[in-house]
Amino acid sequence: MAARDGAATAERPSGELSAVVGPGPAPAGPGAFLVAARRRRARSSGDGGAGPAIFKHRLLPYLLLLPQLAVVATFFLWPTVKAVIEAFQQTNAFGLGSRFSGFQNFVDAVANGNYLQSIEVTLVFAALTTVLGMAIGLFLATQVEQVGRGRAVYRALFVWTYAVPGAVAGALWLFLFQPDLGPGARLLGQLGVKWNFALHGTQAMGLIVALTVWQQSAYNYLFYTAAMQAVPGEVLDAASVDGAGKLARFWRMTFPLLSPTTFFLSVMNVLYAFFSSFAVIDIVTQGGPAGATNTLVYQLYRDGFQNADTGLAGAETVVLVLIAGVFTVVQFRMFNRRVHYR
Amino acid sequence: MRHSKIRSAKGRRPRVTRGAALALTGTALLSVAGLAGPAGATPRPALKAAGSPVTINVWTAFSGTLGTTFQHLVDEFNATHHAYNVVATYKGSYSTVLSDTIAAFRAHAAPDIAQVFDAGTATIMDSPSAYVPVYSLMAKYHIPFATSDFIGGAASYYETAQDQLDSMPFNSSTPVLYFNKTLLAKAGITSAPKTWAELNTDANALAAHGVKCALSSTGAYVMWTDMEEFAMWNGYPFATQDNGYNSIKGVTLKIDTPPFIAHLSMLGQLAKRGLYQWNGVTNSTVPLFTGGTCAMYEQSSASLNSIAAAAKFPFGVAPLPIVSGDVRAPQNTVVGGASLWVLSGAPKDTYKGDAEFLHFLMSASTQAYWASHTGYVAVTNAGVSLLTREHFYRMHRNDQVATNELTNKPAKAWTRGIRLGYLPEIRQDEAAAIAQVLSGKETAAQALATAQSQGDAILSQFAAQYGG
Repeated sequence: MAARDGAATAERPSGELSAVVGPGPAPAGPGAFLVAARRRRARSSGDGGAGPAIFKHRLLPYLLLLPQLAVVATFFLWPTVKAVIEAFQQTNAFGLGSRFSGFQNFVDAVANGNYLQSIEVTLVFAALTTVLGMAIGLFLATQVEQVGRGRAVYRALFVWTYAVPGAVAGALWLFLFQPDLGPGARLLGQLGVKWNFALHGTQAMGLIVALTVWQQSAYNYLFYTAAMQAVPGEVLDAASVDGAGKLARFWRMTFPLLSPTTFFLSVMNVLYAFFSSFAVIDIVTQGGPAGATNTLVYQLYRDGFQNADTGLAGAETVVLVLIAGVFTVVQFRMFNRRVHYR
Repeated sequence: MRHSKIRSAKGRRPRVTRGAALALTGTALLSVAGLAGPAGATPRPALKAAGSPVTINVWTAFSGTLGTTFQHLVDEFNATHHAYNVVATYKGSYSTVLSDTIAAFRAHAAPDIAQVFDAGTATIMDSPSAYVPVYSLMAKYHIPFATSDFIGGAASYYETAQDQLDSMPFNSSTPVLYFNKTLLAKAGITSAPKTWAELNTDANALAAHGVKCALSSTGAYVMWTDMEEFAMWNGYPFATQDNGYNSIKGVTLKIDTPPFIAHLSMLGQLAKRGLYQWNGVTNSTVPLFTGGTCAMYEQSSASLNSIAAAAKFPFGVAPLPIVSGDVRAPQNTVVGGASLWVLSGAPKDTYKGDAEFLHFLMSASTQAYWASHTGYVAVTNAGVSLLTREHFYRMHRNDQVATNELTNKPAKAWTRGIRLGYLPEIRQDEAAAIAQVLSGKETAAQALATAQSQGDAILSQFAAQYGG
């Protein structure tokens, strides 16, 4: 389809387009934009539609970009550079006398048993929350799509947990599952579970995972629901006519068509687990018991903020970003071969 | 939208800077406000020295009623000292006050006085150019001030190896044993156990009479009650170099030793039968005692008022049990809480105000007011004498237990306190060890060996960074 459009626009003289930004009254608005959009697509599909720049102003685009660039530089680039610098220095908490220390901070981090444990904890946490959160989100999305009446009600019900801030959700769940005292803990006790997440690492991990999945499945549900709208009904109908059952239709038609969303969500969920799990963990377990829920981000907080060891925290930041980066690259490599973009 | 979260880890640093910026703005606003009055009357800058009071910013972790009580003291000072205007600001938890102070100091916008909690003492003390030692500040302004003005366990916790106070001890408490008289009576027990062996016997008696839990400890600070104060009260060293008082370098923990192993094993044995309950650092254990689940409770003396408000049964307060058969015990406990530090880098005219404010806070009447309106102890001998003269202790016997523990015997070199760098992190390792033992995953010996080696690694990192 794109090729056909490209061929069509390529025939047009470029003069007509530059008139859009040129002096004088703008020609028929929507039509011109459509042409411009087609033209852009044509160029990105690489079939020779490339022409001169549409805008003549050279300064204006940079000016328009400036606010965003300033924000990125101030809040992302500068702190990142600072973190990398700190990683190679040993600094007193009050910033008195910092000195270059090479890779000492990295050596200290790795030599710390807590840190190695936290890498393992993070990987387990990320894997569990991503797989469970996405599976539940997808399941809910497919089921709601089949509901005739009251679909909006279900959608609202399955999405609202995402609107609960992590800190609030953490406080709520802590109250519910407080050993001996919380209503949830009592219920589990009546079911014969010896519940005390404060002492048993597996239970603590289970609680944190459940809480995160509770929140993240709403996010996943939202994206899957949106993606389901784009699955063409006629294709599924055709499959039905061909005698494909419900499951076959899902696994062989719908699921592959959702693959771009699945890929996107897997990246986002892993990143969430890596970076945004802080609030929940701080409130519910503070990384305990015995480090069972001490993720890399939490260890980083402990070293950087509780101990004011900026060098060590800087080194841990660098390692954390590297791990997350490697993960994302691997995901892109793995998925890109299987994702069907339409 | 979600994308921005990727950066949140790196983004922490600007959060600090933002905090500092806010502090800056706050200070700027305050000084503008301070100048506005006289400037409006006569537009000459020279008037500032003549009329407007010097603002002294104090950052604390006092919230709720503690905040109100502290503000009352601040108001009293401001009303009687017209040259100064003390502005007390609640910054959040103990560790927030310290991290905000550090961030502000690095941004050259530090408060004049900061409240630093016990475990943060080494971090600031070993950063000498960050503060003005209180003893030298007081000497400069000829204000009488001596380490011996303060009661034993409070002076010793914050003093240097040379017996001088770099900071002024302020809100201070120490762990005591609360006991539910009704539950103990049920098992025929008439007084609180004096030793851990007695406590064990009592626990069995309680269990036999249908009491499910004999003992609990403070949630967030179990390592404080059952490791650190346990060491002080029974006279055991907690770390080498007199618990870090003598040196920053070459300090190692001594928690992988028989007394600690035996104590933790005993708690583990009780926990196995549900007779000892502790639910992690994020769960308050106060309801276990005030709700009548656990018969005895190791908790800070500062919780006395809140426990009294919540408990619907007669209860008593006793000294912590001691290790039976140990000749040294009981030795002394030390304070937990916080002390006040005067930060460097402020304009010269504020230091005299800092000194006067601290002097006001250590006066007998202030200390008596503070101690009687909060659960904290009076940290000065003069304060204790005043409370005694006013028969406060005779009417509030429970309040005296803490002071008695703190002053039981003059401290030995190794029972002055715990002066370890990165103590908050070491406490995490202690808490981890306790959790491992109570859940039955590891023996006390295994768990403490791990905590010891983790802690030693942390101490050597601190030594590398702060030891010069």
